[in-house]
Amino acid sequence: MTAPLDDTGSDSMISLRDLRVRYGEREILHGITMEVKRGETLVILGGSGSGKSTLLRTLVGLEKPSSGEIWLRGKNLAAISDADLDEIRRKMGMSFQSGALFGSMTVGENVGLPLREHTKLENSTIEIMTRLKLEQVGLAGFEDYFPSELSGGMKKRAAVARALSMDPEILFFDEPSAGLDPIIAAGIDQLILELKQAFHMTIIVVTHELASAFLIADQMVYIDKGYIIAQGTPAEMKANPAPRVRQFFDRVPEPEVEQELDYLQMLTADHRRVRR
Amino acid sequence: MAYIGALVRLSAQAGYYAFVSPFRGRPLRLDRAFAQAMEVGVRALPVLSLITFFIGLILAMQGAYELRKFGAMHFVADAVAISMTRELGPLITAIVVIGRSGSAFAAEIGTMKVNEEIDALETMAISPVQFLVAPKFIAMMLMLPCLTIWANFMGVLGGSLFGVWKADFSWIGYMHATMDALFLRDIVTGLIKSIMFGMTITAVGCSEGLATGTGAESVGKSTTSAVVVSIFLVVIVDLVFTTIFFFVES
Repeated sequence: MTAPLDDTGSDSMISLRDLRVRYGEREILHGITMEVKRGETLVILGGSGSGKSTLLRTLVGLEKPSSGEIWLRGKNLAAISDADLDEIRRKMGMSFQSGALFGSMTVGENVGLPLREHTKLENSTIEIMTRLKLEQVGLAGFEDYFPSELSGGMKKRAAVARALSMDPEILFFDEPSAGLDPIIAAGIDQLILELKQAFHMTIIVVTHELASAFLIADQMVYIDKGYIIAQGTPAEMKANPAPRVRQFFDRVPEPEVEQELDYLQMLTADHRRVRR
Repeated sequence: MAYIGALVRLSAQAGYYAFVSPFRGRPLRLDRAFAQAMEVGVRALPVLSLITFFIGLILAMQGAYELRKFGAMHFVADAVAISMTRELGPLITAIVVIGRSGSAFAAEIGTMKVNEEIDALETMAISPVQFLVAPKFIAMMLMLPCLTIWANFMGVLGGSLFGVWKADFSWIGYMHATMDALFLRDIVTGLIKSIMFGMTITAVGCSEGLATGTGAESVGKSTTSAVVVSIFLVVIVDLVFTTIFFFVES
């Protein structure tokens, strides 16, 4: 239905070259270089504050990189006009962590919004397409509900339906299973797998849920403090010896302060500084 | 100054989406502007009517306090008519609209910012200015002059209550005196001001909303500063235009 994003015929969908992003003085991402292949599911792993969400926001053009390149469809997102960026965004879908559905619109209006804004389709056609997308995510019959009337898992599904509405070639997920119970979270994983198999979409997922990550990923990237410290297939990642990666996968907490005396001194030193 | 620049830029963008891009094949969502106009205009009528009616009454009494010293009570109608249409009608309307709609714009857009809805619009290649701000501009620029005309009328009505009660006017006589006192330019200058007020209030409310940080607390902060900044800027705009009219008309 739509022309492929990359006309060159290569199987690389997105490629990053030494990508750096800063908020004010603070650099969040220190030179990320990676490749995402067409039809592949990439999971970006990392702890809180590692920079993985910033990486995702940069990939969809919400943050401007301070240097480096993001190549997508022969265009460098780091140096692109707003019109070209909008053109590329029409082939992207993004599912936000909170769902980010518009509270003043029904679920159906939310899902149909991109079609209504970007196409000249008849209202009746848009309604049919909306119903189709909702059916795909298992929410058939909910088009007249408001987002506030849905449960957390249903909101996420509705957000996925909205992300799918323009038949994107790349789908981004920010923490798809955060805050959901294990059964609903497994349902979202299943949905991601189905989308990949049925439509050969390129899917990029940011998460810190390990079970979900190993289930859906073809490739994984582990980000720590703004650096990629490990990447590979799930099997390669499981065998990765890097201590930080091991710590994350084995769920080991940060080491405690070893000497109780040191700890006490640290506390009292802080205390004295405050009082002075 | 940078803040004013940002407001002007936002207004220019909204103006582009409202008045230029519809002619380039991007149809305007009039339904959204219409919904906003209902909210901004029609729903403000009860409270605005009451306030301006009382303001008219107060003006008449304050005027009469001074006028009766000169035995000129019959000028009460002139005093009310001119001060309402030239100044207080537009200003009181603006202040009521700031309280009702300027704050609501900031809260609405601020909450959408916090909920990632603004980000969602951008990733869907929908401009938040086109989608959210432009309809509000259209609604405000249409409704504020309408509300101002209504406020002028209610103020005169309030004044007439005192006129009939204490200044020996008949209802008809008071209305005739009002008509005689007013020139078209009194009403027109008030309406020009009200359009400028509408733009100011929308620009401030929306830009404060878009500048919201994260968390519920920052929505409250944006709403407060939308109201405070709007009132301040409306008074400044009022001063500038009154000065211009003063020199142009003399």
